[in-house]
Amino acid sequence: MDRFEWSDGSLMNGEVHIDQQRGVGIYDGHDKTSFDYGMLSVTSHRIIWRDHRNRNSVISLPLLSVIYLEEQPSGFAKSAKIIVHLSAAPSNKSAGPSTYSAHSYIRLSFRESGEHDILRSLDEALQAKKWEQTSAPLSQTGTVIKDPFSARHRPGIVGIERSIQQKNTHTNKQISVAFEDLNKLIQQAKEMVSLTKSIATKIKEKQGDITENETRKFKSYLLSMGIPNPVTRETHGTGDKYYTELARQLSTVLTKPVEESGGMMTLTDVYCRVNRARGMELLSPEDLLHACELMEVLNLPIRLRTFDSGVLVLQSKSQDEEQVIAHTTNYVGENGNCTAEELAQCLGVSVLLAKERLLLTEKVGGVCRDETIEALRFFPNLFLTRPA
Amino acid sequence: MADFDWPWQYKFPPFFTIQPNLETRKKQIEAWCTLILDYQKYLKSYSLDVKEAQNSPLFYNKSISRRLHEDGIYTILGELQKKGHIEWKDKGRKECLIMWRTPEEWGKLIYNWADSKGLLNTVCTMYEISNGDDSADTDFHGIESWLLLRALKSLQLEGKCEVMAGNEGVKFF
Repeated sequence: MDRFEWSDGSLMNGEVHIDQQRGVGIYDGHDKTSFDYGMLSVTSHRIIWRDHRNRNSVISLPLLSVIYLEEQPSGFAKSAKIIVHLSAAPSNKSAGPSTYSAHSYIRLSFRESGEHDILRSLDEALQAKKWEQTSAPLSQTGTVIKDPFSARHRPGIVGIERSIQQKNTHTNKQISVAFEDLNKLIQQAKEMVSLTKSIATKIKEKQGDITENETRKFKSYLLSMGIPNPVTRETHGTGDKYYTELARQLSTVLTKPVEESGGMMTLTDVYCRVNRARGMELLSPEDLLHACELMEVLNLPIRLRTFDSGVLVLQSKSQDEEQVIAHTTNYVGENGNCTAEELAQCLGVSVLLAKERLLLTEKVGGVCRDETIEALRFFPNLFLTRPA
Repeated sequence: MADFDWPWQYKFPPFFTIQPNLETRKKQIEAWCTLILDYQKYLKSYSLDVKEAQNSPLFYNKSISRRLHEDGIYTILGELQKKGHIEWKDKGRKECLIMWRTPEEWGKLIYNWADSKGLLNTVCTMYEISNGDDSADTDFHGIESWLLLRALKSLQLEGKCEVMAGNEGVKFF
């Protein structure tokens, strides 16, 4: 009985199905086993037995280990049997239903007869010795295991583990190939940046030759090309030093755009702009905020400002609060009244920022509001300025 | 009757939005208080129904299509109440009594009038004061009796008159 192996019931390479019979039980020597009623198949290489009820219970016996067969005819209340004499189990055979047997033979009990046909088929198969003609049965009978990964027909936990390991190695290989591509891309991007730098210096030298319009166009190209040496945690360490350096770089890059957009830029805009310029070395919103908080301490030309509504902006230092209020008051005074949208259009800032300006001015009493379903309009504060 | 002389604020749209800025709001509410009392005086009206008033010209300027909403009206009436110019008729604050002059001011006015008409130390009826020929050209001509009574009571406290039992007549001293 210890010569049997667990099987998935599929045929191996070169294996041919010969005959089958239902209602067969297996005896280990004289002892009954739990494999007492199933479908017996004879193939060119093996004897395979499938449990009648539990289809997952399949065991196989390689014909290689069969020495000779003996017939035991049926008697009173006894089924006909075939006694199969076996050689010793090979040392490296796959897991089977039992690891030890006191007997060197098994008996196949034919409860529904058919023993003659099976005996004939077995004899033929044993004489044909087909398992010797292909190399595949070797691994099955366990003499040599050539390729550990072709263990499709190696059942059991070992087989599953091996196939998982094989899959992992494959995935690892694929990942490293993918990252190689990315590294190449970074390398090329660096080359691109140095190229644009050199072009920029050339343009500076020949400034007379090109029109201002072209220069501006090229500058905008450069902006979208990015920040050549972004401050990263890798290059500038962690903690305060990193944030300080980051704040300095941000101020160099952003001072001009901030001034061009009316002296103020919301932090969301800043975030998008900076990360577009940095390309690969993306900044987290938190890092950006930390760096911006340091700007005032570092005495940089731009600094972070929080409006009462909670809107965060980077504000150019030249943009004095009083100046903003005076300017907004003037604008509203000249136009009679205005909405945030109108002010935004006139100043070229976002509606959100225009509204913040108006609210700020309202807070100090420069303007007053007229709230209707159509819009929130701001008027010069005649309540305070006009004599009663 | 001459047209009511609306103040400049009445044509100023922000006047109809309660201002968030404290300083501005103070000025705005002051202007509203004056406007309401002046308007009520012009109408010679002694009470105000909040629901009705919302659609009256007082709180709804059709020419600039702005109206002061209920919340705003209550804010201003609250301020007037603090100053002693209005009193709620009911707990639900649906209607209020408006005194564009306080009872004391009215009392003084009536006493001066009585003095000038030589009515001191005589007995007058309430009707005589509010609807009599002698008072035809005074501000308190047509005054509602609850207010008149209150004005006279305030005078009585000063010892300048005595209201007769039954609240029908009064004797000035």
